[in-house]
Amino acid sequence: MGYRSAKLIKHNLTVLSAWIFALLFFFPIFWMVLTSFKTELQAISVPPLFIFEPTLENFTLVQERSDYMSYALNSIITSFGATILALIIAIPSAYSMAFFPGRFTKDILLWMLSTKMLPAVGVLMPIYIMADAAGLLDSRTVLVIIFAFMNLPIIMWLLFSYFKEIPKEILEAGRMDGCNTWDELKHIVLPLSWGGITSAGLLSIVLAWNEAFWSINLTAADAGTLTALVASYSSPEGLFWAKLSAVSTLACAPIIVFGWFTQKQLVQGLTFGAVK
Amino acid sequence: MYPEREGPAGFSNYEFFLTDPALPDAVINSLILVGSVISISVVLGLLIAILIQKTFRGRGIARVMLISPFFIMPTVNALLWKNMFMNPVYGIFAFISTTFGLPVIDWLSDLPLFSVILMLSWQWTPFAILIFMTSLQSMDQDQVEAAEIEGAGFWAKFRYLTLPHLSRSIAVVIMIQAIFHLSVFAEIFVTTAGGPGYDSTNTTFLIFSQALMQFDAGVASAGGVFAIIIANIVAFFLIKSVAKGMAV
Repeated sequence: MGYRSAKLIKHNLTVLSAWIFALLFFFPIFWMVLTSFKTELQAISVPPLFIFEPTLENFTLVQERSDYMSYALNSIITSFGATILALIIAIPSAYSMAFFPGRFTKDILLWMLSTKMLPAVGVLMPIYIMADAAGLLDSRTVLVIIFAFMNLPIIMWLLFSYFKEIPKEILEAGRMDGCNTWDELKHIVLPLSWGGITSAGLLSIVLAWNEAFWSINLTAADAGTLTALVASYSSPEGLFWAKLSAVSTLACAPIIVFGWFTQKQLVQGLTFGAVK
Repeated sequence: MYPEREGPAGFSNYEFFLTDPALPDAVINSLILVGSVISISVVLGLLIAILIQKTFRGRGIARVMLISPFFIMPTVNALLWKNMFMNPVYGIFAFISTTFGLPVIDWLSDLPLFSVILMLSWQWTPFAILIFMTSLQSMDQDQVEAAEIEGAGFWAKFRYLTLPHLSRSIAVVIMIQAIFHLSVFAEIFVTTAGGPGYDSTNTTFLIFSQALMQFDAGVASAGGVFAIIIANIVAFFLIKSVAKGMAV
């Protein structure tokens, strides 16, 4: 009995601490959403207000000043488009690197990853000039291309490590049964690493959605994404904190909801049970 | 910038960038930033991922709450913390301090680098949780049960089952974070603008200030190349030391 109740206490303590962490981590987001329903004065009141009469005026003002839907649409198209493009390039490359590694495969991967650490501002000038010359400034196309290549090293590297986990024997067995490369990819590699591909894709969508530097510098009215919309509110940030909260809530809500729905997919994860 | 007027710059851009008195500070700040955010997020992420592995009522909601910060835009993240927590007048930290009669800290000017580390950890610990959680799902439960029957305690299970199982995910988390944190920009730009002095300037921000504030694209490009070299050195050591078990 003593052992049981000790176990129960341990269980309850675990659950309690999990909830404390959950509340701590979520509190800033909760507070942002709460602030978006306050007036500017309530937003900066001391002590902070938890109970107040909610107002929708911030959202109305944001919608009046700018067309939220067009920014949201740009964000959706560019982040999903870039992810699809990146996956189309990354899947075959990761396949060849994982199953037919050459002498320099590791070095190439590492080099590609390290370009991600390049401060974007260092290549702003050349990319701006190229985009201008191609007539792609302020277009969704340029953002799709840039976001895709921005995420490519990470996607490729993640896929590479997921593909690596597939036992070689299965591929060999497939080849014995007469699989060509395409069959192998379609019937063995992709189904077995589906969890990994989903998680790489989700990561890429999130990163592209939240990318600010390129969308601010390369777009204006036509192809501006939600990060550009937020940036347009952030200069006098202290003074318009409630409005900024409203626009931030609007900008983050879609990706948070998307993340909530896809995390279940993610958590199912890599099912290697069949292989072991 | 205008080679037709002044001729090619040769190595003068590199010389200028490398002799910048702020460079050592910036490199050290970058390394502190990367090191602390990675340590905090990996340790906390492991702890929380293990806590959340237990089945309990409302686990789905708790999980969703824990992961959410990762989906917040970096600019929004920075503005949120700057305005609602760290503001010395109406911020929640100031409110907590005054409630308990403690001195109010002006976070962004007193502890600028730490403030940035806090923001980044809030955003990236959920990423670690997400990856570790996913990986823990595929852990062999029979093995765990067998260990429990043999009388293995929490630490033994953690040390000999969980940690080895997670080694690759830990490597993934460390690598991806190293990549992003070496080029952290938005959080610094929006909150401390690298200051006060150079207290929270990292290499990216230094290059940015060279490029846009002093309008010197040549020096900024030299800085970019320098940043890539640093990145390669860091990546090299990461792979050699931390990430032995990794797939690369």
